[in-house]
Amino acid sequence: MSDVPETVRRIRSGDPRTLARTISRIDDGDPSVAQVLRALHTHTGRAHVIGVTGPPGSGKSTLVDKFVGEFRRRGLSVGVLAVDPSSPFTGGAILGDRIRMQSHALDEGVYIRSLATRGHLGGLSGAVMEAVRVLDAAGFDRILIETVGVGQSEVDIVRLADTVVLVSVPGLGDDIQVLKAGIMEIGDVFVVNKSDRDGADRVVREIRSMLETALVNGVTPRALSGAGVADRGGHHIASAARESANAHGYGDAHGLPPVLKTTAETGEGVMPVVDAVEAHRAALEESGLLRERRLRNAAYELRDALGKRLLARLDSPDALARLDALARDVVERRRDVYDAVDALHEALSLEEKHPRR
Amino acid sequence: MLVAKPGLDGHDRGAKVIARALRDAGMEVVYTGLRQTPEQIVQAAVQEDADVIALSILSGAHNHLFPRVMELLAQKGVNDVLVIGGGVIPEDDIPFLKKAGIAEIFGPGTPTKATIDFIRANLKR
Repeated sequence: MSDVPETVRRIRSGDPRTLARTISRIDDGDPSVAQVLRALHTHTGRAHVIGVTGPPGSGKSTLVDKFVGEFRRRGLSVGVLAVDPSSPFTGGAILGDRIRMQSHALDEGVYIRSLATRGHLGGLSGAVMEAVRVLDAAGFDRILIETVGVGQSEVDIVRLADTVVLVSVPGLGDDIQVLKAGIMEIGDVFVVNKSDRDGADRVVREIRSMLETALVNGVTPRALSGAGVADRGGHHIASAARESANAHGYGDAHGLPPVLKTTAETGEGVMPVVDAVEAHRAALEESGLLRERRLRNAAYELRDALGKRLLARLDSPDALARLDALARDVVERRRDVYDAVDALHEALSLEEKHPRR
Repeated sequence: MLVAKPGLDGHDRGAKVIARALRDAGMEVVYTGLRQTPEQIVQAAVQEDADVIALSILSGAHNHLFPRVMELLAQKGVNDVLVIGGGVIPEDDIPFLKKAGIAEIFGPGTPTKATIDFIRANLKR
């Protein structure tokens, strides 16, 4: 598959084998795939990217399966990227999300791909960002990303998704869990799944009260902010977003994100969640917030890519030797860490100015 | 790796044991669960870009379901995927299954290492 235009053509026509192969090449770090991704870039940006995150066992896969069904009923094509953890010891992984998504196995309008984290922290795999672009270019209307089961701070999904669905379940702990910073701050649509169990209403109340308190404390709900755009005139955008949100029926009068109960197993409550996801996207788009979010995310991605490129410089045998020597110096207390980093940085900068061929 | 259970039997302990062994050997294993049709298995293998499909069966319908998987793969032009089988399969049926394109059959009691070594030695890509 070295023929870039042909690969691009097949991806854009949605050929599942080419999609699958291309995502594998991304995942395997095949440098030749960059040409394909470059050519695809102008064909991306159309899909609505939806993240589904929450703790292990909260029912993310089953919910995603039901979301797919609901989107299909609405005539929309769906790409799914389901991420499961790799073993930090062997590198192996069991990717089991697909088990619960088999009802769509034969639907041509659905593409499901499992990915292992391969050492990437933050709840996603390093390949997800580019895999999303491939599915976007292939013309899928909605792209669902299921993160690994998250704990408290795996929030990478906000850098990628237009809309984040945060799944909670009853019985995970006391109300202080909801007060903590981190994962509970990233939801655009909150779902309390397994709501046929005891305690579901309490979880709903706790999440609502967390959101309301944040509002009282003067924090614009992230759902209606570009997260951090406040310092760049974001308040104006936020109020515009609130108006759009109300017009589209997303959230309440204050722009607080909806907190909805589901029982994914039976499909109960799924339709209102999909409605909320759609309304959120419509409000983001109309208010200009979608662009704000994407600008910020692109800036993050550029920083990441630059960081990776700089770190890759350490891969040369010379640099590795220097790194080892400096590590010895640090362990034997001949240099401190800051001093060693200065030396390393200087050496790499010199190499950049006078690259050896 | 795609580990799949075609057909109607409801026992996947063997499939799970092999999935774990493959995971511990450093492989990424997509497990698709019970009661899969050959169509579902092939579609999953294509979407997941699997290098290997491991079919586990106990129901006795292997002579029908295994060749059907091979047939569907051929229809989709997929010829670079290693397909192996396991479960309760009589010796006498093995030549027929191999002729249909199943690379190897691993019966009950096969050390998982034998399966892993076979996969490593016979990957088609």
